[in-house]
Amino acid sequence: MAETAAPKVAPDERLVRVGPLAGLLTRPDIGAFLGAVAVFFAFGYFARSVNWIGDPGIAAGWTDQAAQYGIVAVPVALLMIGGEFDLSAGVMIGSSGLLLGYLTTFKHMNVWPAMVLVLVFGLVIGLINGLTVVRTRLPSFIVTLATFFVLQGVNAAGTLKLTGQTAIQDIDTARGFNSARRIFAGDLTHYGFKVKVLWWIGITLTGAWLLAKTRFGNWIYSAGGEPNAARNVGVPVARTKIALFMMTSTIASLMGIIEALELRSMQAKEGIGLEFIFIICAVVGGCLLTGGFGSVIGTLFGAAMLGMVQLGIIDAQWDSNWTFTFQGGILFAAVMLNTLIRSRAQKAR
Amino acid sequence: MTMAHLLEADHISKYYGNIVALNDISTYVDAGEVTCILGDNGAGKSSFIKILSGVHQADKGRLLVEGEEVHFTSPRDARAAGIATVYQDLAMVPLMSIWRNFFLGAEPRKGFGPLQWFDSGKAKSIVRRELSEMGIDIRDPDQAVGTLSGGERQSVAIARAVYFGARVLILDEPTSALGVKQAGVVLKYILQARERGVAVIFITHNPHHAYPVGDRFVILNRGQSLGAFEKSEIDRQELVRLMAGGKELAELEHELEAIKVEV
Ligand SMILES: Nc1ncnc2c1ncn2[C@@H]1O[C@H](COP(=O)(O)OP(=O)(O)OP(=O)(O)O)[C@@H](O)[C@H]1O
Ligand SMILES: [Mg+2]
Repeated sequence: MAETAAPKVAPDERLVRVGPLAGLLTRPDIGAFLGAVAVFFAFGYFARSVNWIGDPGIAAGWTDQAAQYGIVAVPVALLMIGGEFDLSAGVMIGSSGLLLGYLTTFKHMNVWPAMVLVLVFGLVIGLINGLTVVRTRLPSFIVTLATFFVLQGVNAAGTLKLTGQTAIQDIDTARGFNSARRIFAGDLTHYGFKVKVLWWIGITLTGAWLLAKTRFGNWIYSAGGEPNAARNVGVPVARTKIALFMMTSTIASLMGIIEALELRSMQAKEGIGLEFIFIICAVVGGCLLTGGFGSVIGTLFGAAMLGMVQLGIIDAQWDSNWTFTFQGGILFAAVMLNTLIRSRAQKAR
Repeated sequence: MTMAHLLEADHISKYYGNIVALNDISTYVDAGEVTCILGDNGAGKSSFIKILSGVHQADKGRLLVEGEEVHFTSPRDARAAGIATVYQDLAMVPLMSIWRNFFLGAEPRKGFGPLQWFDSGKAKSIVRRELSEMGIDIRDPDQAVGTLSGGERQSVAIARAVYFGARVLILDEPTSALGVKQAGVVLKYILQARERGVAVIFITHNPHHAYPVGDRFVILNRGQSLGAFEKSEIDRQELVRLMAGGKELAELEHELEAIKVEV
């Protein structure tokens, strides 16, 4: 208040005092948060026979599943806020895990340098996606759909040619496997919580910080919200988008590494289908399909919700085929709720 | 050869495909001066300033800053040269807050080494101060720009350009959505910027706004220059007449009279 030289000071008479609750209800991530709480307590009831609420071992299960979704959902959300999609984010998990398997079991590389090569592979695929979208001005939906199908074929044909099977096995025979597994895919000391969960939280917090507190975050919002305006005031929109594509496929590669180390083998069809789960997490988390608006913290709650549904349905002893129906229902409800919240955020302020 | 001008456009032409938007336009502006560019809708005013601010590149002609030829490949280059622009469409992102828009592309940062973050506290206080100096007192710098009134939005865009336009300030019809008081404030701003030694390029189709603040007037019509005049060479009536194309204005007044009679 002290910084204004103008006569006007302190509370503006045109500002209706909003209570903390009403203020909270304009945040983009609040819908996902409330949804996650609701799903948690719903399974607290339906899965009460396994002590859903009280048993940390149960929580270890669904957080593992949520991390599986949530890690890659973070860059997918940022990319979506930046106005683009990446449909190759799922298949990249498979490609990267297979590449790690190939380098370690067929080329006899140590796991650590092999991981570096896999991450470089992620950067390159992201660069290709990004450059193609920026240069051709084609919708990223189409460009990355093409990448998706190309990689899907490579994964299947390559694995079959190498192994004569549909998976690369015995990744745990590689040098450096144990030390790498401890850091990327090990267990924490208590209750069987996975290290992966820490990666999920860490990547989420980094993404949220990047979006809210850095110059790059400002550029992401503007690149998705009104790219022309952003360009006219000097935002390097193309570079911002390319960086986002590179982040997305590199973190998908990280996820591929985590899975390969965790499972000790990699299926050729791994990751396929997850690209839509990531988008659901982001949308549930408050990201707008048209870009320019969204939340990384909300995406974390979206992933938590989907993780809970996945395991809750099993723990409640329902037919797990209902999972998809639930995911669809959550997506629909979340979109409705978020639309409501957003219109409040824009009008009621 | 006289002294080099701060910003000079030298025989600029611009084509959009087969559309000739600008044909052989030359003008300049010096520190502490206001060059006004006037013309009807579609005359090419916005196309011209987009070349000066790096959005478009000229198909013919040269751009000179202090006598040195420059090639702005993006608005970032122009901004780095101290040229800030209020675009006719304002170049704001509706879903983003006022303070985020204000510093978009030129975010103040703090931190150490590679770990740098956007100094949002500083950004918000600057926004509040700059806007209140303009007589626009925003309720909340966190308000989304899309929810501001047209005039408020225009004021934010102007305040932003004034804040960043260290050497050259370009305004593309900045008063079109403003109330009388705010339009007056903008004209006062232009004069203040001129006092500070900033070079101003002011685009308008209102000669009554242009004449009091301008030092030089360039009149565009269908991509052609109808002439460039120093203030000493032209008076207000002549400017109005030139802009409207004398005869047409007389006809227009006649038509308006006819309407009045009917009503
Ligand atoms: N991107 C573009 N592609 C094709 N034609 C364009 C483009 N931009 C402008 N034009 C054309 O160039 C001409 C000049 O447009 P410009 O926007 O510079 O006019 P203006 O003088 O700013 O008009 P106004 O007073 O309405 O803002 C118009 O005929 C317009 O249709
Ligand atoms: Mg114009």
